[in-house]
Amino acid sequence: MSNIAEAFRNGKAFIPFITCGDPDLQTTAKVVREAVRNGADLIELGIPFSDPTAEGPVIQEANLRALQGGVTTDKIFDLVRELRTDVTIPMVFMTYANVVFSYGAEIFISTCREIGIDGLILPDLPFEEKEEFLPLCEEYGVDLISLIAPTSENRIAMIAKEAKGFIYLVSSLGVTGVRSEIKTDLQSIVNVIRANTDTPVAIGFGISKPEQAAKMAGISDGAIVGSAIIKILAEHGRDAAPYVGEYVKSMKDAVAGLK
Amino acid sequence: MTNPNGRFGIHGGQYIPETLMNAVIELEEAYNKYKNDPEFQAELTELFNEYAGRPSRLYYAEKMTKDLGGAKIYLKREDLNHTGAHKINNVLGQALLAKKMGKTRLIAETGAGQHGVATATAAALFGMECVVFMGEEDTKRQALNVYRMKLLGAEVVPVKTGTATLKDAVSEAMREWTSRISDTHYCLGSVMGPHPFPTIVRDFQAVISKEIKEQMLKKEGRLPDAVIACVGGGSNAIGSFYNFIEDKSVRLIGCEAAGRGIDTFETAATVNTGRVGIFHGMKSYFCQDEYGQIAPVYSISAGLDYPGVGPEHAYLHDIGRAEYVPVTDEEAVQAFEYLAKTEGIIPAIESAHAVAYARKLAPTMDKDKIIVITISGRGDKDCAAIARYRGEDIHE
Repeated sequence: MSNIAEAFRNGKAFIPFITCGDPDLQTTAKVVREAVRNGADLIELGIPFSDPTAEGPVIQEANLRALQGGVTTDKIFDLVRELRTDVTIPMVFMTYANVVFSYGAEIFISTCREIGIDGLILPDLPFEEKEEFLPLCEEYGVDLISLIAPTSENRIAMIAKEAKGFIYLVSSLGVTGVRSEIKTDLQSIVNVIRANTDTPVAIGFGISKPEQAAKMAGISDGAIVGSAIIKILAEHGRDAAPYVGEYVKSMKDAVAGLK
Repeated sequence: MTNPNGRFGIHGGQYIPETLMNAVIELEEAYNKYKNDPEFQAELTELFNEYAGRPSRLYYAEKMTKDLGGAKIYLKREDLNHTGAHKINNVLGQALLAKKMGKTRLIAETGAGQHGVATATAAALFGMECVVFMGEEDTKRQALNVYRMKLLGAEVVPVKTGTATLKDAVSEAMREWTSRISDTHYCLGSVMGPHPFPTIVRDFQAVISKEIKEQMLKKEGRLPDAVIACVGGGSNAIGSFYNFIEDKSVRLIGCEAAGRGIDTFETAATVNTGRVGIFHGMKSYFCQDEYGQIAPVYSISAGLDYPGVGPEHAYLHDIGRAEYVPVTDEEAVQAFEYLAKTEGIIPAIESAHAVAYARKLAPTMDKDKIIVITISGRGDKDCAAIARYRGEDIHE
């Protein structure tokens, strides 16, 4: 059983996404701890990439700010080592295939294991290409997280059957970013997933408000929020931690009591 | 040449978001259905011949040959195609395929604007909606092409992210495709991106080498000794090489944009300076830093200003079947001017990279040898930029 399962034992999970190094790594560390203190169940740490093709403008800009600030994969590994002195909830990396491939997949994935990273989310690594990293992820006990999209249709069962850690269900077409309304029939997708696996399902893309989080977590096992948190960071910069903490609390409160 | 799952050796593949997977699978199925369908092929041939003006000429450049004093030089005149470049070959194929698939909207990325113009043209012809993504930097470098696209009824979206050039236009077109798939076909302009694009685009561009072979056999009774083409993503080059890959006596030479030189950071010579990576849906060579961040590349040519190269080129490089040589801005500009003055042909600055290398190679070869240079596009669009490069400010 993967450590990620822990994230889904405390009612519905709230999963914040934070771009490492936006605007600097000290701020990232403060924001992560504040998120944990306010009830985050799992932290998605983004390793910035120069050309994040699955991201909308908000996270694209965060990637750019972080890279301009000089953040690197090695510095992010050090951040995680430091965070792991007191942060015990599951943490996963979200980045792009080239960041892992270019570093050297085996060194990257074995380092994840060593520093306490529980999973890897790579939005440009679909089911057909997972052999690129899956054998190493299995060898080192790092869950390679599967994504399912509104367009997955006949692919849902195939992906769900082999999913590890949790399933990242993409709520909408398009890229990451705040949406006023999510129109996809997610319930029926979740039903197909449930029929094929016990792996928990968390929904992300477009969620920003507590009501949306409650609705999404209500039909799944948790809600993932990225752009709304990155917006707080963009607005408050190095002083963002308490604001993120307050936001995380409002979101966790909205999902915690749901059945 | 394409293996299952779209691999060329270790290169290629489908590194794209799950959201797009069914779209590329649907595209592959449709392509496999139509590629050997006589009716589809007949329609495409009709479009190639009657609309695009194919076959393009294989012209003996006698003055250039005499001036360089070595190998006999032929120019494959893709610049004479309708819309002024080889891009129309691929676009007519993909637009016809999109129409058969019931799509009503084409989106595309463009660098120099030639692919955008070609896509806008096909969209006009087929009565389809068209949106073209173009780096903001390139909309300035190629203002004339922006106007042409608008005139043809397309919407041009300037892309401001990243380096505001071709790679950012590709990223933005991919993002747009993930948000609107059901009625939209992404008409990718080069032999890059996720499978099946590198194969589809190659097959539509392979008409170039098919014609070169037929025309050369007719004119000279034998195959050429070298085929030279410029390489950005590499569609005119793979089109020029493809039907010669099995003819081992024919040297295949791709000319990369070295910008200010491959020993500087201001270069776009991917095979010469990059390393293997995963980006824009494919595994191939990319200009990148030690952490895999994609490098901001540079070339005077907006069409070659791309940090990657098509996976089949990466494979041809790996197995040593094709050579990839760097050509600087200065060499390309000199070749641009040279071809204009020597043959009365103004090549695209992209194609001028191939001319530049031929100027070095031809004198080293015997007079009984033959070189074919693909002139992938015409250079009208570049005149203002070349004038600026030479310190002359002209108003378009």
